[in-house]
Amino acid sequence: MRKLPQDFTLDTKAFKKGLLPVHESAIKHVTGQAVYIDDMPEWPNELHVAAGLSTEAHADIVSINLDKVRAYPGVVDVIVQADIPGEVDVSPVLSGDLLLAGDFVHFIGQSIFAVAATSLRAAKQAVALAEIEYKPREATLHPRQSLERQEFVLPTHTISCGDAKGALETAPNKLKSDLYIKGQEHFYLEGQISVATPNEDGGVQVFASSQHPAEVQKLVSRVLGLPVAQVLVEVRRMGGGFGGKESQAAVLGCMAAVLAVRNRRPVKYRMPRQDDMVQTGKRHDFWNSYEVGFSNEGEIIAAEYDMVGKCGCTADLSDGVVDRAMFHADNAYFLPNARISGYRGKTHTVSNTAFRGFGGPKGVILAENVIEEIACAVGKDSLDIRKLNCYQANKDTTPYGQKVDDDVLLTLIEELETSSNYRARREAINAFNKQNPFLKKGLALTPVKFGISFTSKHLNQGGALLHIYTDGSVHVSHGGTEMGQGLYTKVAQIVAKAFGIDYQRVNVGSTRTDKVPNASPTAASAGTDLNGMAALDAALTIKSRLQEFAMEHFSIAADAFAIEDDQVILGSETMSFPEFIKLAYMNRVSLSSTGFYKTPKIGYDRKAAKGRPFLYFANGAAVSEVIVDTFTGEYKVTQVDILHDVGDSINADIDIGQIEGAFVQGMGWLTSEELSWDDKGRITTNSPANYKIPTSADIPEKFNVKLFDRPNSEESVYRSKAVGEPPLMLGISVWCALKDACAAVADHKISPPLAVPATPEAVFYAMQAAQNHQAGEEASL
Amino acid sequence: MKFILNDELIDDNTLPSDFTALRYLREKRGLTGTKEGCASGDCGACTLLVGALEDGELTYSTLNSCITPMQSLTGKHVVSVEYLSKTGELHPAQQAMVASHGSQCGFCTPGFVLSLAGLYENKQGCEQPIDREAVCDAISGNLCRCTGYRPIIDAGMSMVKGSMARKEIMKESDEPPYVELMSKNDSIKTQLESLQTERHDSSNYLQPTDLEQLAYALKLNPAAVLIAGGTDLMLENTQRYRDFETLIDVSRVAELKHLHTGEASLTIGASVTYSELENFSKTLYPQINALLSRIASRQIRNRGTIGGNVANASPIADLPPLLLAFDADIQLLKNDGSTRAVNIADFYQGYKQTQLAKDEMIASFDVSLDKLAQFHRFYKVSKRMEDDISSVMLAVRFDVDNGILSDVRLAFGGMAATPIRGLKAEAALTDKLINDEQALNQAIEALRSELTPMSDMRASAKYRLDMACNLIRKAWLELNGSDVVTFSGHAVSDSILSAGLEGCTHA
Repeated sequence: MRKLPQDFTLDTKAFKKGLLPVHESAIKHVTGQAVYIDDMPEWPNELHVAAGLSTEAHADIVSINLDKVRAYPGVVDVIVQADIPGEVDVSPVLSGDLLLAGDFVHFIGQSIFAVAATSLRAAKQAVALAEIEYKPREATLHPRQSLERQEFVLPTHTISCGDAKGALETAPNKLKSDLYIKGQEHFYLEGQISVATPNEDGGVQVFASSQHPAEVQKLVSRVLGLPVAQVLVEVRRMGGGFGGKESQAAVLGCMAAVLAVRNRRPVKYRMPRQDDMVQTGKRHDFWNSYEVGFSNEGEIIAAEYDMVGKCGCTADLSDGVVDRAMFHADNAYFLPNARISGYRGKTHTVSNTAFRGFGGPKGVILAENVIEEIACAVGKDSLDIRKLNCYQANKDTTPYGQKVDDDVLLTLIEELETSSNYRARREAINAFNKQNPFLKKGLALTPVKFGISFTSKHLNQGGALLHIYTDGSVHVSHGGTEMGQGLYTKVAQIVAKAFGIDYQRVNVGSTRTDKVPNASPTAASAGTDLNGMAALDAALTIKSRLQEFAMEHFSIAADAFAIEDDQVILGSETMSFPEFIKLAYMNRVSLSSTGFYKTPKIGYDRKAAKGRPFLYFANGAAVSEVIVDTFTGEYKVTQVDILHDVGDSINADIDIGQIEGAFVQGMGWLTSEELSWDDKGRITTNSPANYKIPTSADIPEKFNVKLFDRPNSEESVYRSKAVGEPPLMLGISVWCALKDACAAVADHKISPPLAVPATPEAVFYAMQAAQNHQAGEEASL
Repeated sequence: MKFILNDELIDDNTLPSDFTALRYLREKRGLTGTKEGCASGDCGACTLLVGALEDGELTYSTLNSCITPMQSLTGKHVVSVEYLSKTGELHPAQQAMVASHGSQCGFCTPGFVLSLAGLYENKQGCEQPIDREAVCDAISGNLCRCTGYRPIIDAGMSMVKGSMARKEIMKESDEPPYVELMSKNDSIKTQLESLQTERHDSSNYLQPTDLEQLAYALKLNPAAVLIAGGTDLMLENTQRYRDFETLIDVSRVAELKHLHTGEASLTIGASVTYSELENFSKTLYPQINALLSRIASRQIRNRGTIGGNVANASPIADLPPLLLAFDADIQLLKNDGSTRAVNIADFYQGYKQTQLAKDEMIASFDVSLDKLAQFHRFYKVSKRMEDDISSVMLAVRFDVDNGILSDVRLAFGGMAATPIRGLKAEAALTDKLINDEQALNQAIEALRSELTPMSDMRASAKYRLDMACNLIRKAWLELNGSDVVTFSGHAVSDSILSAGLEGCTHA
């Protein structure tokens, strides 16, 4: 790729608050005019799908009798694995995810057959009539069992630096324990859905609610046995994704496509909420064991981490998830000697998948847990331990060898320490805790350092297609998808800025596989980095054509041409943008271009377990304060202060929205959202009635969010930084504050183990552990 | 059935009894602004505003259309998001949501907009700034997974007339026009008035308005299922795909709507909604009011009924323990019109089993005023403050006579297969001094021996038992004047947060 002119990438403060557009769909959202797939008009002959699900975690299928299903009124078609014309495997990367099960099942909720009926209700009523006989096999349901039985979906990977074992042996202080971290249900408000319409050539058009339309296209073509080019996938918007529609959405597109082509009718596959919660993958549970050596001051000397991800029955995206957990087990802290092993535990449960943070949060919380425990062990404020261990000069290399080469982290932490009045509040909290017998307060400042780039190198590319029409209106398509994060808005801003024209002139079209091919998923927080850069590339290509044309046509020098504030400057003359475009058209200038971007500098050598997986790090920190009722373990978050690094923000309102939303989602994961499974491997939290995401009453009234004001030191699009995932991990400050409140029960002599999520029950028993410790201390005196 | 949908009078007699308002809007009218997020009344994406005449006044309240039979809205004004901007101008709730960046993916947004528009109606156009608590109450049944709520709360608090940052957002120079309150719309009012004179019944959805009609409906449709708010019954339809052929809606039966204080008792009709009891109890019975704010969401409270909560016989319902604490009497009504009274203590007979005969229903509850005048508290422990089901709930009543606990009730939800009293624990405290800590400890020991709760996804058996014990202690401390604090969905007050900090210079 040619190097972009400096003035376009280094135009700092390019996007000023006050002039920023709201989300491009905001008015459509509030008026109900924004169209989601289920809102599209249905054809009179449209069919609706429901799948028959396995009721066994691990079993051979002995027999299937679907006679009653077929006979049910409204049922038009029933298919089993043998009816799939092409391949049955719909795995995103590796193999094992079958569109329909064959002669065995490996999780409860796995699809065995599918029904297409004239209504969803008829389809759902019909599937209940199936008679399926199983011969159960032993099931592995817990990652502890996976490790014991050495059952993995993929080989173990280890990252190390220095001599962890040796340094641990000689360390003056040691901690050894484990932390079980439960997963999380995505709970996007719009459930999984696809509509497939057969076309006249035997191919199919699929409307998907997917973060990865190119993959839906590839897999649909595979199950149909068609060339990829015969499948068109379109995504206008999703009602939330959060990683849950990265790989999981393809199944719906494939099933709808198979049934659509078989029946020559449009087919909609929408999962009702309960089916969605049972059938689709979630955030991985992790079972993390750790041993840490540290100095008397609390400086970490050595760390050995064993991280077992609960991957479920197949690999799905688990390799990347576990890798990212390992890459973030240091979080913001220098580990001079470390061994970090990541195991891909296989369980007979739904295959877990991407979820905002993609493994990272399971590394970060491990790091923060260790810090809280060291702080109590050496009798210091946890913030002092954090600053002591934070990456800084001479302590700037991660265990995988990438340098943390700017000083943003420590500066940011100290700025937040001051602005949040951390020290004074700590004193006040200590005083409160001494005086109040029934309530305890807790406080924690936790940072996040999150690596930006897909760890699969090839995914770090973006594409765009840009047209200017003769009235000066601009249409841009790109490979990214809109799930609420404001990508379309930012891309339009980038294009408008690149041309120097009004934002209103730029229209971002829905994401289609025939506009931009082979696009990467909108994931890894990289949507704007990749697609914004590609759109910028396309814009600059056309702009330089326009410049050449202007130089020739008006006989002016290169630097006499500019477009500013929607006016084209041609030496001493100016012209409106539409006039100028019309002129360019009349003079046969090409007004359409593709754009492309690939992330530079990155590369990770998996064999050596060293390299630079990330172009840069996005950083942030949060201070959370909580108050706990010691009778019950119930609590309230009373104040949150956040300072987050988005480089030079492209749209501060949208970025703040991402930060707050991610924070609350992270907080939910660590507090009220608890996945629960019974001993048969059945998920018992299968509805919003028993799985509780935060409500408006759970967020603090004092919720202060500020952007850290510094451009990205790497040449990202307009020096901005990715923002989708990193702030989710700021929610860990709430968990640490709760742990701190529990530690207050024992005067901070220990930091009691606190379960994840920290439900009132978990907090209650952590306080009891602290109390028992305190009682033991007093008894031994 | 006839009703007004936005600004159109609808007359449709083709609907199945259990056809939901959500499906009607989306599938029959193409009004797809109303979304299905869960089809179980838990997420609020399907929220609608419904206007009804009450004493000649038109008032609006929110509900979950996903579990509301369309026919139950006969004679009402049904407002979907499309109505709010029909003039081409955004409603103040919509303007505020745009200006505050209150939408991201947008899927939950129409539901929030209607909840906020309902608040705007209730505050009569928001001449005064709206406080945070009122906003959070209005949106307590709306889940958002993207924004983290802060901008939505800000939007709600900024719906003050004329204060929108409209100029910036809408690129228009003029002030927003005065938005007519729906409740002041005389044309809608007149139409609704004329609808009241018509029969609401259809052949498969009967809506008797008095006991006589109800008896007649039951006689003609012995296989029909009774429905009031439908907030639990309709889950059978939307989650288990069960079809109901004929429904008899008891929510308009005048005799079941009684809510009044008599000479000796408070009478609560079975069809009284949570919201109605909440309003009624606001100043009279603040403890009951506080508990009601922890039951379900605003949308559910607007529909769900006291009778339904009790008849449902769920061991984790919150009102049965409350009624147990007051020894409430239940009036049962037989299909033939005869009645009998049964005490709540005798009502529950096993898991989901009650004394109700097949041809009986609950008519009302009588709660003694003397007992209501005694010290009582309700404690609900759940994973989430708003709209969650209890892990454990304790309803306690301490009658104090000359410093002696003359009568004690400790009634629990979530501790057994039925709502249940801790009889041994009660006995251990009865006739003891109110500050007899030994008696308290004996009561707690007794409770440990008499109740064996179970473990499930909401809580472990151990936690349930520990909580039951701790809540008794908490109640006892509260009785004795201790400064114990119980959190709610509201923010913790500054006085609690700063308690004990007077001596701290940095506080």
